[in-house]
Amino acid sequence: MPNPKRRHSKARTSKRRAHDALTSTGLSECPNCHERKLPHRACAKCGSYKGREVLEVKEAN
Amino acid sequence: MRHRNAGFKLGRNTSHRRALLRNLVTSIVLEDRVETTITKAKAVRPHVEKMITLGKKGDVHSRRQALAFLQTREAVTRLFDTVAPRYGDRNGGYLRIVRTGFQKGDGAEKAFIELLGAEAVLDEKRQKRAEVREKKREELQKALAEQQQQAGEEPQA
Ligand SMILES: [Zn+2]
Repeated sequence: MPNPKRRHSKARTSKRRAHDALTSTGLSECPNCHERKLPHRACAKCGSYKGREVLEVKEAN
Repeated sequence: MRHRNAGFKLGRNTSHRRALLRNLVTSIVLEDRVETTITKAKAVRPHVEKMITLGKKGDVHSRRQALAFLQTREAVTRLFDTVAPRYGDRNGGYLRIVRTGFQKGDGAEKAFIELLGAEAVLDEKRQKRAEVREKKREELQKALAEQQQQAGEEPQA
Protein backbone atom coordinates (compact mmCIF):
# COMPACT_ATOMS: atom_id res chain seq x y z
CA MET A 1 0.00 0.00 0.00
CA PRO A 2 1.28 3.56 -0.76
CA ASN A 3 2.39 5.47 2.29
CA PRO A 4 3.61 9.03 2.95
CA LYS A 5 7.37 9.30 2.46
CA ARG A 6 7.92 12.41 4.54
CA ARG A 7 6.54 13.89 7.70
CA HIS A 8 3.82 16.53 7.09
CA SER A 9 4.74 19.67 9.04
CA LYS A 10 2.31 21.87 10.98
CA ALA A 11 3.32 24.76 8.76
CA ARG A 12 2.26 22.81 5.69
CA THR A 13 -1.13 22.08 7.25
CA SER A 14 -1.66 25.71 8.26
CA LYS A 15 -0.56 26.96 4.83
CA ARG A 16 -3.09 24.68 3.17
CA ARG A 17 -5.81 25.91 5.50
CA ALA A 18 -4.95 29.58 4.91
CA HIS A 19 -7.64 29.69 2.20
CA ASP A 20 -10.31 27.74 4.10
CA ALA A 21 -11.80 30.68 6.01
CA LEU A 22 -15.58 31.07 5.92
CA THR A 23 -17.03 34.38 4.87
CA SER A 24 -19.65 35.91 7.13
CA THR A 25 -23.23 36.08 5.86
CA GLY A 26 -24.29 39.40 4.45
CA LEU A 27 -27.09 40.74 6.61
CA SER A 28 -29.41 43.64 6.08
CA GLU A 29 -31.36 45.68 8.60
CA CYS A 30 -35.10 45.30 9.05
CA PRO A 31 -36.63 48.70 8.27
CA ASN A 32 -39.43 47.96 10.74
CA CYS A 33 -37.69 46.77 13.92
CA HIS A 34 -34.02 47.43 13.00
CA GLU A 35 -33.09 43.84 13.78
CA ARG A 36 -30.48 42.28 11.51
CA LYS A 37 -32.07 39.91 9.03
CA LEU A 38 -31.24 37.94 5.90
CA PRO A 39 -31.76 40.00 2.75
CA HIS A 40 -34.83 39.29 0.56
CA ARG A 41 -36.56 37.45 3.39
CA ALA A 42 -39.28 38.32 5.84
CA CYS A 43 -37.99 39.47 9.22
CA ALA A 44 -38.02 36.59 11.71
CA LYS A 45 -38.48 38.93 14.66
CA CYS A 46 -41.36 41.19 13.63
CA GLY A 47 -42.59 39.23 10.60
CA SER A 48 -42.64 42.15 8.22
CA TYR A 49 -41.44 42.36 4.64
CA LYS A 50 -41.66 45.39 2.38
CA GLY A 51 -43.87 47.26 4.81
CA ARG A 52 -46.55 44.55 5.01
CA GLU A 53 -46.56 40.74 4.90
CA VAL A 54 -46.94 40.38 8.61
CA LEU A 55 -46.33 36.75 9.47
CA GLU A 56 -47.61 35.49 12.75
CA VAL A 57 -44.77 35.82 15.19
CA LYS A 58 -45.00 33.71 18.31
CA GLU A 59 -44.75 35.69 21.50
CA ALA A 60 -42.97 34.14 24.43
CA ASN A 61 -45.44 32.81 27.03
CA MET B 1 -23.28 23.73 -16.53
CA ARG B 2 -27.00 23.63 -16.13
CA HIS B 3 -27.76 23.64 -19.82
CA ARG B 4 -31.12 22.00 -20.68
CA ASN B 5 -31.92 21.54 -16.99
CA ALA B 6 -34.91 23.84 -16.75
CA GLY B 7 -37.85 23.07 -14.52
CA PHE B 8 -38.28 21.38 -11.15
CA LYS B 9 -38.43 17.62 -10.70
CA LEU B 10 -38.94 17.80 -6.94
CA GLY B 11 -37.56 14.28 -6.48
CA ARG B 12 -40.76 12.70 -7.70
CA ASN B 13 -41.87 10.74 -10.72
CA THR B 14 -44.20 12.35 -13.24
CA SER B 15 -47.51 11.26 -11.72
CA HIS B 16 -46.45 12.07 -8.17
CA ARG B 17 -45.21 15.50 -9.24
CA ARG B 18 -48.39 16.22 -11.17
CA ALA B 19 -50.53 15.23 -8.20
CA LEU B 20 -48.48 17.45 -5.88
CA LEU B 21 -48.74 20.43 -8.20
CA ARG B 22 -52.48 19.97 -8.69
CA ASN B 23 -52.94 19.80 -4.92
CA LEU B 24 -50.91 22.96 -4.39
CA VAL B 25 -52.69 24.90 -7.14
CA THR B 26 -56.07 23.88 -5.72
CA SER B 27 -55.03 24.98 -2.24
CA ILE B 28 -53.74 28.34 -3.46
CA VAL B 29 -56.95 29.03 -5.37
CA LEU B 30 -59.06 28.11 -2.34
CA GLU B 31 -56.95 29.69 0.42
CA ASP B 32 -55.19 32.63 -1.29
CA ARG B 33 -51.99 31.84 0.57
CA VAL B 34 -50.00 28.64 1.08
CA GLU B 35 -46.81 28.06 3.00
CA THR B 36 -44.41 25.59 1.40
CA THR B 37 -40.76 25.26 0.41
CA ILE B 38 -39.27 27.85 -1.91
CA THR B 39 -38.69 25.25 -4.66
CA LYS B 40 -42.29 24.05 -4.61
CA ALA B 41 -43.52 27.65 -4.59
CA LYS B 42 -41.45 28.41 -7.67
CA ALA B 43 -42.65 25.21 -9.33
CA VAL B 44 -46.39 25.90 -8.84
CA ARG B 45 -46.35 29.55 -9.85
CA PRO B 46 -46.68 28.99 -13.64
CA HIS B 47 -49.47 26.46 -13.08
CA VAL B 48 -51.50 28.89 -10.98
CA GLU B 49 -50.99 31.61 -13.57
CA LYS B 50 -52.28 29.30 -16.31
CA MET B 51 -55.39 28.58 -14.24
CA ILE B 52 -56.00 32.30 -13.75
CA THR B 53 -55.65 32.84 -17.48
CA LEU B 54 -58.37 30.23 -17.98
CA GLY B 55 -60.46 31.98 -15.35
CA LYS B 56 -60.14 35.30 -17.15
CA LYS B 57 -61.38 33.75 -20.40
CA GLY B 58 -64.43 32.60 -18.49
CA ASP B 59 -66.10 30.45 -21.19
CA VAL B 60 -67.41 26.93 -20.73
CA HIS B 61 -64.45 25.32 -22.50
CA SER B 62 -61.89 26.98 -20.22
CA ARG B 63 -64.04 26.04 -17.23
CA ARG B 64 -63.81 22.40 -18.28
CA GLN B 65 -60.07 22.73 -18.80
CA ALA B 66 -59.71 24.13 -15.28
CA LEU B 67 -61.88 21.34 -13.91
CA ALA B 68 -59.51 18.83 -15.53
CA PHE B 69 -56.59 20.20 -13.52
CA LEU B 70 -58.01 21.48 -10.24
CA GLN B 71 -58.99 18.84 -7.70
CA THR B 72 -62.37 20.17 -6.58
CA ARG B 73 -65.39 21.83 -8.12
CA GLU B 74 -65.34 24.51 -5.39
CA ALA B 75 -61.87 25.53 -6.50
CA VAL B 76 -63.07 26.05 -10.08
CA THR B 77 -66.03 28.08 -8.86
CA ARG B 78 -63.81 30.26 -6.71
CA LEU B 79 -61.26 30.65 -9.51
CA PHE B 80 -63.84 31.90 -11.99
CA ASP B 81 -66.01 33.95 -9.60
CA THR B 82 -63.62 35.54 -7.11
CA VAL B 83 -59.96 35.04 -8.09
CA ALA B 84 -59.82 35.73 -11.84
CA PRO B 85 -61.91 38.96 -11.79
CA ARG B 86 -59.22 40.58 -9.60
CA TYR B 87 -56.73 40.59 -12.47
CA GLY B 88 -58.59 42.23 -15.31
CA ASP B 89 -55.88 44.78 -16.07
CA ARG B 90 -52.84 42.58 -15.43
CA ASN B 91 -50.97 40.32 -17.82
CA GLY B 92 -49.43 37.71 -15.57
CA GLY B 93 -47.50 38.13 -12.33
CA TYR B 94 -50.52 37.26 -10.23
CA LEU B 95 -48.56 35.80 -7.33
CA ARG B 96 -46.08 36.85 -4.70
CA ILE B 97 -43.45 34.57 -3.15
CA VAL B 98 -41.80 35.68 0.09
CA ARG B 99 -39.08 33.67 1.82
CA THR B 100 -39.85 33.20 5.49
CA GLY B 101 -37.13 31.07 7.07
CA PHE B 102 -35.81 27.56 7.31
CA GLN B 103 -37.50 24.27 8.12
CA LYS B 104 -36.47 22.30 11.18
CA GLY B 105 -35.24 18.82 10.31
CA ASP B 106 -33.85 19.19 6.82
CA GLY B 107 -33.11 22.92 6.76
CA ALA B 108 -35.17 23.48 3.61
CA GLU B 109 -36.00 27.10 2.94
CA LYS B 110 -39.65 27.93 3.50
CA ALA B 111 -41.69 30.56 1.74
CA PHE B 112 -45.29 31.52 1.30
CA ILE B 113 -46.91 32.01 -2.07
CA GLU B 114 -49.99 34.19 -2.19
CA LEU B 115 -52.31 35.74 -4.73
CA LEU B 116 -51.97 39.47 -5.26
CA GLY B 117 -55.06 41.37 -4.23
CA ALA B 118 -55.90 38.84 -1.49
CA GLU B 119 -54.31 40.93 1.27
CA ALA B 120 -57.63 42.08 2.73
CA VAL B 121 -59.03 38.52 2.82
CA LEU B 122 -55.83 37.20 4.38
CA ASP B 123 -55.73 39.92 7.04
CA GLU B 124 -59.32 39.12 7.95
CA LYS B 125 -58.48 35.43 8.22
CA ARG B 126 -55.52 36.21 10.46
CA GLN B 127 -57.73 38.37 12.68
CA LYS B 128 -60.22 35.54 13.06
CA ARG B 129 -57.49 33.04 13.91
CA ALA B 130 -56.10 35.39 16.54
CA GLU B 131 -59.56 35.75 18.11
CA VAL B 132 -60.05 31.98 18.25
CA ARG B 133 -56.63 31.57 19.80
CA GLU B 134 -57.40 34.23 22.41
CA LYS B 135 -60.68 32.51 23.31
CA LYS B 136 -58.95 29.15 23.66
CA ARG B 137 -56.30 30.65 25.88
CA GLU B 138 -58.92 32.23 28.15
CA GLU B 139 -60.79 28.94 28.45
CA LEU B 140 -57.59 27.11 29.28
CA GLN B 141 -56.73 29.64 31.96
CA LYS B 142 -60.21 29.30 33.44
CA ALA B 143 -59.90 25.51 33.53
CA LEU B 144 -56.48 25.79 35.09
CA ALA B 145 -57.77 28.15 37.79
CA GLU B 146 -60.64 25.75 38.60
CA GLN B 147 -58.25 22.83 38.84
CA GLN B 148 -56.02 24.77 41.20
CA GLN B 149 -59.03 25.66 43.37
CA GLN B 150 -60.08 22.03 43.58
CA ALA B 151 -56.54 21.00 44.43
CA GLY B 152 -56.54 23.62 47.16
CA GLU B 153 -59.84 22.37 48.66
CA GLU B 154 -59.05 18.65 48.70
CA PRO B 155 -56.32 18.62 51.35
CA GLN B 156 -58.65 20.38 53.82
CA ALA B 157 -61.48 17.80 53.43
ZN1 LIG C 1 -38.25 43.23 11.79
